[in-house]
Amino acid sequence: MNAPARVTFRIRRFDPVRQSPPSWEDFEIPAVAGMTVLDGLRTIKETLAPTLAWRSSCRMGVCGSCGMFINGHPRLACNTQIAELGSGPVTVAPLPNFDTIRDLVPDLRPMFDKHAALSPYIIRDDHDEMYEPTGEYGQTPEELEEFLQFTYCIKCGCCMAACPTCATDPVYSGPMPLGQAHRYNADSRDGGFTTRKTALAGDQGPWRCHYAGECSRACPKGVDPARAIQLMKRQLVFDYLRLYSQPCPAGVVTPAPASARRPDVPEAPAPTVDVSRARTSPSC
Amino acid sequence: MLDTKGYPNRLGLRGWVGGGRWGLERYLYTLHRLTGLGLLVYFLLHIIVTSARAFGAAAWDASMARVTGPVFVAGEYLVFAAFVFHAANGVRLALVELGWAIGRPIEPVYPYRTSVDEQRPLAVGVLIVAALLAVVGGLDFFVLH
Ligand code: SF4
Ligand code: SF4
Ligand code: FES
Repeated sequence: MNAPARVTFRIRRFDPVRQSPPSWEDFEIPAVAGMTVLDGLRTIKETLAPTLAWRSSCRMGVCGSCGMFINGHPRLACNTQIAELGSGPVTVAPLPNFDTIRDLVPDLRPMFDKHAALSPYIIRDDHDEMYEPTGEYGQTPEELEEFLQFTYCIKCGCCMAACPTCATDPVYSGPMPLGQAHRYNADSRDGGFTTRKTALAGDQGPWRCHYAGECSRACPKGVDPARAIQLMKRQLVFDYLRLYSQPCPAGVVTPAPASARRPDVPEAPAPTVDVSRARTSPSC
Repeated sequence: MLDTKGYPNRLGLRGWVGGGRWGLERYLYTLHRLTGLGLLVYFLLHIIVTSARAFGAAAWDASMARVTGPVFVAGEYLVFAAFVFHAANGVRLALVELGWAIGRPIEPVYPYRTSVDEQRPLAVGVLIVAALLAVVGGLDFFVLH
């Protein structure tokens, strides 16, 4: 029987207790068909280096935890097969443009702080309706398409690692937070453009982006933050020239009158959790 | 809350030339910044050299005599080429940053087609215009004069 093919992982390691500069360590493991970089890291941890640290959760490109610098590119470890990386060692380093907490774990907190500073949520005046909704806010499919692409962001930080402005400018908010700010600015249910405009005006705002486009190329979800940022600039310029005013946020639509249920559509199954308990006061 | 001392890992200037997907627009970005800085340095030198005129015609002639010769012609041509690129690419950036040529948001379906692909013809067109102007300028600098 043929011995299984082997693959070498060159991994950048950093121990926060010793605080010595990061160093590269090689590990050779059997390569299996369909093996992802994340699978390789697990094999290394189980068999060769129990102290190896990284962040991952879903294994399927959904949670955004496993962004790493793989063969010089920001990618998701769970979404990258070693076969697609060609021959030669697989080099794995923590995402650049973020401090390294340990081994392959980047400190994403500055990105999340910048994200939070741009109010990435629906802002409206009708608080009663928002907290005790009487219906849905109406939105046409065309209105949805204005921002749907940007909602696929999983906050993995790959775009921030690829952006040349982020590489030299710690103040710049970066493609993820800015793209998400536009995701809400472009939402017809939102009325927060004026609030976000103030936060977008300074050095942290979109004017430090000069369309290198690397964020969009690196994004594993096809979010295209570079497009969101340019559309945001357009809105801001037109607003400055008094050529744009945000339309009133969408109102509640009246529910369609009840119609007869189609006989071939089964009833929803009974709840499997006690819904009444979930509705009790948060203090108990 | 976790509070460790992380290891700084910002790419710095290396991030201007690599670190992403090595796309054409990254190099246009870097070249735009470098040519911008080059033009700024030229303007400063230009003001210093021509300010000699304030000290009379003799000072002006002496100042001009110091900036002649093939090295300065080549240097001036580089400034011209940098200007041509910076101006043409600047037009592309102004259009793109106003939301033109990048397409509308789409449903992301793999393999993803991004706004960068949408504006690529514009980027190529701008490079061709810049190259043509640089060639015409080169004829004027080195052949006709
Ligand atoms: S825009 Fe893309 S690369 Fe950036 S954080 Fe979101 S999913 Fe990740
Ligand atoms: S398009 Fe803007 S945000 Fe995206 S990589 Fe380039 S400079 Fe950064
Ligand atoms: S482990 Fe969740 S995105 Fe990779």
